[in-house]
Amino acid sequence: MTNEIKTVAICGASGNMGASIAIVAARAGFRTIAYDLSDDGLARALAQSAGFFAKSVARGKMTEEERDAALARIENTSNLDDLAEADLVIEAVFEQLDIKQGLFTALNKICSEHTIFASNTSTLSITEIASGCGREDRVVGMHFCLPAQMMKLVEMTAGINTSPETFELASGFAEKAGQIPVETKDRPGFVLNALLVPFNNDVIRAIDSELATPEDIDIALKTALGYKMGPCELLDLIGLDTQVRLCEAFFPITNDARAAAPPLLRRMVAAGRLGRKSGIGFFNYNTDAMFGG
Amino acid sequence: MGYEIKITGESRSFPAGDAFLDGSISGADIVLHLGTPLERNDAKAAILVELDSECLGVHTGEDSGREGSNVLGFARYCNGNDAPSQLIELVRQPETEKSAIDTAKAMFEAAGFTVVVCADQVGRIIDRLVRPKYNDALRFLDEGLAMADDMDLICKMGLGYRDGPIERAVRGDLARHYDLSNELLQATGQPGYVPARRAAIAKARKRS
Repeated sequence: MTNEIKTVAICGASGNMGASIAIVAARAGFRTIAYDLSDDGLARALAQSAGFFAKSVARGKMTEEERDAALARIENTSNLDDLAEADLVIEAVFEQLDIKQGLFTALNKICSEHTIFASNTSTLSITEIASGCGREDRVVGMHFCLPAQMMKLVEMTAGINTSPETFELASGFAEKAGQIPVETKDRPGFVLNALLVPFNNDVIRAIDSELATPEDIDIALKTALGYKMGPCELLDLIGLDTQVRLCEAFFPITNDARAAAPPLLRRMVAAGRLGRKSGIGFFNYNTDAMFGG
Repeated sequence: MGYEIKITGESRSFPAGDAFLDGSISGADIVLHLGTPLERNDAKAAILVELDSECLGVHTGEDSGREGSNVLGFARYCNGNDAPSQLIELVRQPETEKSAIDTAKAMFEAAGFTVVVCADQVGRIIDRLVRPKYNDALRFLDEGLAMADDMDLICKMGLGYRDGPIERAVRGDLARHYDLSNELLQATGQPGYVPARRAAIAKARKRS
């Protein structure tokens, strides 16, 4: 077991969450290996990250030198073998148990003995993801929140076999990366998504029942409760297809009817209205710029 | 834009001393009923009935989906004993006159409020959406998923909420949460509205 994390690898780095975590790691000074299957996707994500850093410079949050250094720390690769040097691998791939298990099993043969595997899963069991990968004691849950470069919270979850050292090292990394780790239990959705997934589905069902428009629902919740983002705005950012996957991961485990994907959500996904990533969801977008700066 | 207020007792939306109460003009084209019975008048631009948790149809009657006139419902959202928010939920019926909606909305916005329009459904927007979340959070607390402070912290940091679900539900009065949640349960039959144990305890203690 290493006692210091210097190199972090992100799997699924061309997705919203993966790219966000890469920004967090690179910004904090960690060598960051961004892995995904598609080179084009990685290039697009890096361009979005560059755009985010440029906004940070414009807003006085970092210097041009810091921006250049952060960008230089991100190394794109579509070759899984390039993750061999990572001290910590954070996966942010599809929310599907067999995909995550397969990835960790493959990485177990590539990475060093000391490498910690972290899952950014928001619904699946850390114990189940770790099961059979060959290093169950070095697997931990690290659930970042979108957009990770702006949201400080990381839900830290130990599986049944996670060693205390692994948990401590991964939590230490989160802190060094400027995040705030909070311990949760290995239960479906931990705290955040256990509350959020059903809530977002309730919002979608309310829209489908013509209670109010998405605009008015967002305005209502932001005005009355002080939410920074309305639920429809947030769903568009998460991606409506991602919400479907969250539901499909969550509902079979919890049997909570509110966690089942609402019909309107499925219709919108079928219509290609995925949110920001497709340019239209509950709202229209004409930019692919990354959120915040 | 002129409005006339007809009030009896204490208004939940506009407590005594609220500046909005001072703007009442006798005979104005918009009439607000704050606790007074609805008086229909088709000649008025809009007639507004302050709602608690009930539907507008309780005041107007309904007609198989054809109901609607120049009468709207409204409520200013308030979490328990917190100061009222700036949000006005404006309640329309299927055939509510568009001119009445526009007039009412413009009047409230001119007074500095943020207005949203919703259908005449139980719980309107806020209560319909937040009550199941509070029940979940209260249940998670019982199940030891996280401490109350940690659960609130997670929601504030992870979702950018101003306050967490536990502190908000408690501050808003758990017994009132029980009542509202139970009303939604009766109306919808959905299990998410089953009041959490802690809310039921608060309600029982208030009764005794």
